[in-house]
This record gives sequence, structure tokens and C-alpha cells, in this order.
Amino acid sequence: MLKGKVWRFGQDVDTDMIIPARYLNTSDPAVLAAHCFADVAPEFARQVVPGEIIVADKNFGCGSSREHAPLALKAAGISCVIAASFARIFYRNALNIGLPILESEAAAQEVKAGDLLQVDLAEGINTNLSSGRVYQTKPFPPFMRELINGGGLIPYLRQKLAGTGEV
Amino acid sequence: MGMTISEKILAAHAGKKEVSPGDLIQARIDLALGNDITAPVAITEFARIGVDRVFDPEAIALVPDHFTPNKDINSAEQAKVLREFARKYQITHYFEVGRMGIEHCLLPEQGLVGPGDLIIGADSHTCTYGALGAFSTGVGSTDLAAAMAAGEVWLKVPPSIKFHFYGQLQPFVGGKDLILYTIGQIGVDGALYSAMEFTGETIASLGMDDRFTMANMAIEAGAKNGIFAVDERTIEYVTGRYKKPYTIYTSDPDAEYRLTYEWDVSTLEPQVALPHLPENVRPVREVGNIELQQVVIGSCTNGRLSDLRAAAQILKGHKIHRDLRLIIIPGTQEIYQQALREGLIEIFIDAGAAVSTPTCGPCLGGHMGILARGERALATTNRNFIGRMGHPESEVYLSSPVVAAASAVKGRIVHPEEVLKSA
Ligand code: SF4
Repeated sequence: MLKGKVWRFGQDVDTDMIIPARYLNTSDPAVLAAHCFADVAPEFARQVVPGEIIVADKNFGCGSSREHAPLALKAAGISCVIAASFARIFYRNALNIGLPILESEAAAQEVKAGDLLQVDLAEGINTNLSSGRVYQTKPFPPFMRELINGGGLIPYLRQKLAGTGEV
Repeated sequence: MGMTISEKILAAHAGKKEVSPGDLIQARIDLALGNDITAPVAITEFARIGVDRVFDPEAIALVPDHFTPNKDINSAEQAKVLREFARKYQITHYFEVGRMGIEHCLLPEQGLVGPGDLIIGADSHTCTYGALGAFSTGVGSTDLAAAMAAGEVWLKVPPSIKFHFYGQLQPFVGGKDLILYTIGQIGVDGALYSAMEFTGETIASLGMDDRFTMANMAIEAGAKNGIFAVDERTIEYVTGRYKKPYTIYTSDPDAEYRLTYEWDVSTLEPQVALPHLPENVRPVREVGNIELQQVVIGSCTNGRLSDLRAAAQILKGHKIHRDLRLIIIPGTQEIYQQALREGLIEIFIDAGAAVSTPTCGPCLGGHMGILARGERALATTNRNFIGRMGHPESEVYLSSPVVAAASAVKGRIVHPEEVLKSA
């Protein structure tokens, strides 16, 4: 169960907004986190509290295929991103590095900055504790929850393949 | 509830009776592909998983095609990573320079992909194999690493969009024009996340090369995959190449589509995409007077034998315009040899073209034909983004091989009839 205050963003948040290209000469998560949203929301990196949640409109994560974008968000402490829709490669990259993301048009329409959200990944139930509204999303199947909880695709596989002695 | 071809293939590979759009599934793959740009990253990630072998050395294809024959020291180092990995893990389908081709021309030709397969590749144009009735999509390097280790990939089941074409095509109009027209109509995000399913009598009349061209550019409309039903032409193509048994899936009559487009294409003209997006499409006669400095015929979109034949038909007995370079790149060694046997290469060289060994080369602005500031090229490739073929202030137009060949003769973008009339 995740719980956190909401940061609100609009539509078409691109990967350059999430982490400007000039910081791509490193993949150090702490450095990426320090420059997350540097150009469009400079207060973000200073004020974000671990566990907080981003809610955005459509096409979140569009632009380049850089894995640095979800890495920066995760390292900044963001526990989950909810958007009306995601750009396809960002979607894959986020889950592959263990950052849960959920699609909900209703949440994108109604949730406000500063609202307190509770997210149940197993059931796909998102509750806005500030307004009382509940948004149902498709729950993640068990393997995807394991993957997210395990920190992403590579750690997940390392565990899975070592555990069974398979492959 | 009925299912589409795409849904059926995904369900079968996920071990499920049915799937519906939005489902997250974990699916078994039949083939994973990497190239000299994406595989080295995947190989680093693969090492982090800590396994000592790949899931199946016969189900991985590694193709050094982007910066090969190596254009500089960096690209040589990358290709070496690939080569050493292939040796260490005894990858059956590693294709060395001199025996290779552009990955998306090579894999179908070598019989590595077939109907009903689930294929992933760390290259966005992996969607090409949908022409054979396979589900085939581009993924990231981390996905490739995981797939090489475990033989599985997670996928979100895409909704399908149906594109129904009817009417007999005009001369000089083919698969490239149909897909450019489609992208022009729906835009570069018109099929975002979705499966593009191509159907109708016009599609049934297309040869395999035209279908590969169309499936190849599905990603240019934002799609996850493009797919065609299997028919006699598909079966004829895979017979003798694809050695494994295969399953033919068809969409149910009551399958659900997010959208359906229906187009009468009987009066469609050859299409051209103007800079800097594949959606800026116009009929060739409406592009105006566009002078060219370079024409490129090749790539995973249009570097196949029928593309070369079509270009040769125009170029035969002509010289290209004196102020222009024409670069022709056969997609694979086999295509190159067949073109030699048919006398096509001689026609090209007589016309004044530079012919190259198979490589992606200029398609991604890699090497073998980079544009200078202010230069303009017409290419049979798939992307005309800013700076795609060289200098950020250069321009790329996209067309079919016949339009490209005719334009090379005239030095500006023309309808092929202009060349044939003047002959
Ligand atoms: S020919 Fe161009 S589009 Fe095709 S794989 Fe090579 S670089 Fe990519």
C-alpha cells in the first residue's frame, strides 16, 4: 500500500522536462534526483518527500527513450505516477526499473495538487483521502507486482532465476 | 468475445485462453533481436542478472548492421562486444559483416520469423515481421537482456485498429504509398499503443515486400505492432525458409477494434512525406519544385529485391542528374547477389549510382551518405526527423523506390511518369 501527497502536472510531460539532457552524462540516481524537473518545477527536487505521488494528464513521459527519466523520479522518492496515459517506452522503462505507474483518466481529471492519495497496487484501488473519491485501475498481475517490489526487471530476474536454478 | 490476430498470438504465448486490451501478460518469445547499437547495452544488463547461459542460443539473433562495416573506433568496439558475446554464448544467428544484412530484411529472408510467432527486438522497427502474421514489437535494451536470459517478456495487450483498403492500385503505387497515406491521415500518434491490422482486397493483392514495408512503418504512427493476415503469398514466402511448424491465427468476425478506417485507394497517387515528420504527407504532384542533392534507395523499409527491381526499371538507360548523388544499398547479401545476377547493379552503376554493401548507413545519419548543412535528400527510408540523415539543417523527404529513382534522374521530386515519358 502506497500513501503520499500529490504533485500535479499537465499533459505531454516529456523526458526533457523530467530530466534535462544536460544531466544525462551520469546515471547516478542521487544526481538525477537532484535535477529532476529542474527547468519546469525547480522547487520539486528540494521539496519532494519520499512516498509522494505524481498525477498528470495524457502522454506522460513522451520524448526520448532515456531510462534516466523514471530513474530520476524514483530516486527523488516518487512512489507512483498516475496519468491519463503514458508514452509507450516510458511505460516499459518505468516498470522495468521498478517504478509503479497507473493509468486513470478520472484521477487525472479530479485529483488536485496536495491531495493525499492511497494506492493499492494489488487491487488497483486508488483512494483520494482528501476528497473521498475512489478510482479503480486494472490491478497489476502478481508477476508485475513482484517485479516492482523487487526493484525492477533485472533484480527480479536475478532472484527468480537463482531461486529456481532454472536457465 | 472474439479476439484479433494480435490478441490470439499474445494469449497463446502467455498460456492463456484469452486476453483483452490493457491486460499485462508475461509471454514466451520465439525470437529476440539485438543490433550493434542496442545489444551492447543489453549485454551489460545481462551480466547483472548473473546467469551463465542464454535461454536458447537458437532463439536470439544478433545483427551488426547500423555502423558496419565499422565506421570508426567506437563502433568497432561496440561490434566487438556483440561478436564476443555471440561466441561466448554460441549464438546460432549471429551475422558477421559480409554475411549479414539490415536486420529487418535479413530475419524474414533467413527464415528466422514465421506466422504466429512472438518476436521482440531492441529496435523500434522490429514491427516489420507483422507482415508474416507474427506479433512483433520493439523494446528497450533492459527488456532484451531479460529476454535473452529468461525467454520471456512482459507486454501490455494493445487494442487493435483496423485499416481496410479497397480498390485496385494505380501504376507506381504500392505498399510505401499506402503506409505513408495512412500515417498522413492518422498522424504520428494516430495508433499510439495499438496494433495496426491491415486488411482488405488491396492488401490481399500486395506482394510480401510491400507488406514488409507497411508493417515496418507501423511504429511511425506510434503503434506497438502492425499485422497482416496469413494468405497464400505468406505461405509461399515462408515455405522453404521457415523450418519450424507454425500456427496461422485469424481475427474473429466479432473481434473488437478500437477504431476502423476504410479507404478506397483506387485513385491514390504516389505519396511523399515532407520534412520533418512522416505524417507530412502529400501526393507527389503536390510537393512543388523540390531540388535534391542526394537520393538514397535502401533501408529496412525499401531495400528488398522488388524495391531494387522497381528502381532499375526507371533507371535503365538513364543517367542520374549531374548535380545529385544516388546511393543504393541492397538490404542483404542475398538481395545484393540476386540483383547482380539480374543485372540490376549494372543498371545502377551505369546510371551513375554508388552501390554499397548492406548497412543501415545513411538511414540514421550513421555513415555512407551524410548530408551537409542545407542539403536535401529523398530517401526510401522511414524517418525524416530533424537531422536524421546528417546536419540539423538538412532535410529528408520520404518516398517509394520508383519515385526516388525517377527523382534521381530529374534532380527534383517527380512522378515516375515524367521519366518514362521523356525516354
Ligand atoms: S535501416 Fe534505418 S530504420 Fe531500419 S534498422 Fe537500420 S537504422 Fe533502423
